[in-house]
Amino acid sequence: MSEAFIRFDKVSKAFGTLTVVDGLDLSIAKGEFVSMLGPSGSGKTTILMMLAGFESPTSGAIRVGGRQVDGLPPYRRNMGVVFQNYALFPHMNVAENVGFPLNMRRVPRAEAGERVRRALDMVQLGALAERKPSQLSGGQQQRVALARALVFEPEVVLMDEPLGALDKKLREQMQLDIRELHRRLGLTIVFVTHDQTEALTMSDRIAVFNHGRIEQIGQPARIYDHPATRFVAEFIGETNFLPGTVTAIGGGHATVDIGNGRSVAVVAGHGVAAGAKVGLSVRPERVRIGAGPARSNIISGTVDDVVYHGDHLQVVLDADGQTLLVKADRAGSPIAIGDRLDVSFAPDECWVVGS
Amino acid sequence: MKGEGLRKTFVSLALVAPLALFLAVFFAAPLYTMMAAAVSDPVAARALPRTAEAIRAWDGAAAPSAEVQAAFAGDIRNIEDDQLFGDLVRRLNSAKSGFRTLMSKTRSALRDDPATTDLVAIDSRWADPGFWQAIATAAASTVTDRNLLAAVDYERSPAGDIQAMPEGTSANGTTLVRTFVVSLMVTAVCLAIGLPYAMIAASVEGWPRQLLLAAVLLPLWTSLLVRTAAWFILLQDNGLINSALMALGLTSGPLPLIFNRTGVVIAMSHVLLPFMVLPIFSVLIGIPRNLMPAAASLGAHPLRAFREVLLPLSMRGVVSGSLLVFMSALGYYITPALIGGAQDQMISSVIAYYATGAANWGMAGALGLVLLVATIVLYTVYLRLSAEEQARR
Repeated sequence: MSEAFIRFDKVSKAFGTLTVVDGLDLSIAKGEFVSMLGPSGSGKTTILMMLAGFESPTSGAIRVGGRQVDGLPPYRRNMGVVFQNYALFPHMNVAENVGFPLNMRRVPRAEAGERVRRALDMVQLGALAERKPSQLSGGQQQRVALARALVFEPEVVLMDEPLGALDKKLREQMQLDIRELHRRLGLTIVFVTHDQTEALTMSDRIAVFNHGRIEQIGQPARIYDHPATRFVAEFIGETNFLPGTVTAIGGGHATVDIGNGRSVAVVAGHGVAAGAKVGLSVRPERVRIGAGPARSNIISGTVDDVVYHGDHLQVVLDADGQTLLVKADRAGSPIAIGDRLDVSFAPDECWVVGS
Repeated sequence: MKGEGLRKTFVSLALVAPLALFLAVFFAAPLYTMMAAAVSDPVAARALPRTAEAIRAWDGAAAPSAEVQAAFAGDIRNIEDDQLFGDLVRRLNSAKSGFRTLMSKTRSALRDDPATTDLVAIDSRWADPGFWQAIATAAASTVTDRNLLAAVDYERSPAGDIQAMPEGTSANGTTLVRTFVVSLMVTAVCLAIGLPYAMIAASVEGWPRQLLLAAVLLPLWTSLLVRTAAWFILLQDNGLINSALMALGLTSGPLPLIFNRTGVVIAMSHVLLPFMVLPIFSVLIGIPRNLMPAAASLGAHPLRAFREVLLPLSMRGVVSGSLLVFMSALGYYITPALIGGAQDQMISSVIAYYATGAANWGMAGALGLVLLVATIVLYTVYLRLSAEEQARR
C-alpha cells in the first residue's frame, strides 16, 4: 500500500463518560475508497465528523497529507462532505448550490460557471441547473449533493450514509455511479454505512466497527471470506457459527469437536492449538446438499423450514439442536419440511474465528 | 338532492352568522361610520338650501348679487335650531376665521329687523368675497375632502386648488412622520434584539428553549397598561435603572429615560418583541440542522454561512415579524401618552384628541383613514413580497 494520506493516531472521542471512539489507529492511502461499516452507535459517524472538523478528538491526532488537522475549522479543511439528507440549500437553485463552494473560494464567475456545468454534466443533471432542490427527486438531490461536494476538487470526499434515503433500485445505481466517479477522478473517499452490501460492492477496503473499535479492516473479499471475529462474520452477510473445541492437529488440518460427538476438519493455521475453544464460521452458500467431494465434513439434520428467495432457496436445518442455514440451488431435488438431509462443506470452506 | 344542498347551505350560513354579525356590527359598521364622517359635510347644504341654489351662478370675484344676499338672509332667518346654527358657524369658521362673530352679529341683526337684506350694512365684512367663497364651497356639496387634506396638512385655496397649509397652522404631517419614525425605530430595535434571540432559542433544546420562549411570551399575558406603568417606574430619574447606573458609577446623574423618545422606544419594543421573536423562531426551527455544517464543509466561514444560508432562509420570518411589529406600533396610544413627552405623541393621540377633546369627528375619521390606508398599502406590499417568495420556492 502506498504512503498514508489520512492517518488517525490513537484517536479517542468521549461524550461525557461515554466513549464513542476508542483509540483508533487507521491509515488511508491517497485515492483509496474506504468504507466504515458498523451498526448504529459503533462510532463510525463520529469518526467522519472528526475528520470533517465538526467534532474534535478527546485525545490523539488526525493528519491529512502529513498535516495535523485537529483544531482546523471545517471550512478550512477542503473536504467534500455528502450528508445523510443531502443538506442542499433550499433557497438556491441547483447551479447555485453546486456553485456555492466555488463562490466561497472566490473563483471568478466565468470559471465557476464552467466548472458547475461540468460537475452537473458529470452527474447527468445539466438540464436541471435552474431547478430548486424541492423540485427534484431524492436521487437527483443526491446527485446534486455529490456534484457540490466534488466541484471544488477536494482532497478527500466524506460520505455519511448518503444512499440511506433512496429506494433499493436507485441505491444500487448510485453505488455504481459513485464507484465509477471514484475510479475516474482518483478520489480519496471515506464512506460511512451500516449497509454491508453497499460496503462490499463499493470499497477498496472495509473497516468494520463495533463499540468504537475496529473489529477488522481489509479488502471486501478478505473480510467476507475470512472474518476475524464472530461479530464480523455475522455482521457481514449471513453465516453459520459453530462453537467447538480443538481436539487434534495434524497434516495441516485441525479437528474440532462441535458437540454431540460430531467433529469437523478445518484448515489449521493462525496458531490454533489443541484444546483451544474456537468458533467456526461457514457461509450458507458454501454448504452443499449431499455428501460432496472427498474429505468433506458431513452433517445431517432435519429440515425445519424452506424459504423461497427467487434465485435460491434458504433451507433451515436442525442438526441435533445446532441450526444450519443452507443456500440451496432451486434446480436440485425438491426439499420438504421434515426431510432428513445430509449437508457437507470442505475443510477450507469454513473459517476459524475467535469464539 | 336540491333540498339537501339548500339545507347544507343554510346550516353553513347559520354557523357563520354570529361571526358575520359580530364583524358587521363591531368592525364594518364603525369603519364605515368613521370613513363617512371623514368626508361628510352636510351642515351648510342643510342650513342654507336657498343660498346653495342662488350662489351657484356667482363668479366669485366680488361680493355676490343682491338675490344671493337675500337668499342667505332668508336662510339665516329660517334657522330655528340653535344646534344647527352652531354647527354651521363652526363649519364656516373652520374654513375662514371670523365667521363666529360675524354670524352671530348678522343673525341677531336679521332677527331684529325682519325686512332688511342688506348684509354689508350689518357688517362691512360681507363685502369681502372671501367669506362668500367659504359659504359657496360649504354649501355646494355634502361631501368634502377638507378633512382628508387637513389630515396631511393640505387645504384647498379659494380657487379650489390643493395647496400646502401655511407653516405652523397644522402639525398632522409632522405627527404622521413621527409616528412612522418611532414605529421604524421600534421595529429596528425589536429586530436587533429579536433576531439573535430567536436564533439562540432555536439553537438550544429542552428547558432552555422553553425558558427563553416563556420569557418572551410572558409580557403578552400581562396587560399593556400594567407593562407601561412598570416601565414608568423603571425609567424615571430615581427609578431602578438610573439608580443602578449611578450606583455602579457609570453615570454621575440620572439619564433622561422618560418623557422622551428613548423611553417610548424602550417600552414599545418590550411590548412588541414577541411579535418579532415568534415568527422568526417558527421559521428558524423549520430550517434543516445540517445546512450550516454543510456550508462549513463547503468552505464557508461561519459569518458567510450565516449571511448566505441562515439569513436568507430566515428572511420570511424577519419580514413578517417586522411588519407585525411595525403595523402594531403605528397605532400605539397608551405607551407614548404615558412615557413620551409632548414631542413623542403619535397619530393615535391626535385622533383621540379630535374624537374626544374637540368633538371633531370629521378630522378624527380622516386621520384614522390616512392611518388605515398607510397600513393597507404596507400590508399589500408585504403580501406581494411574500407571494414572490412563495413563487421562487
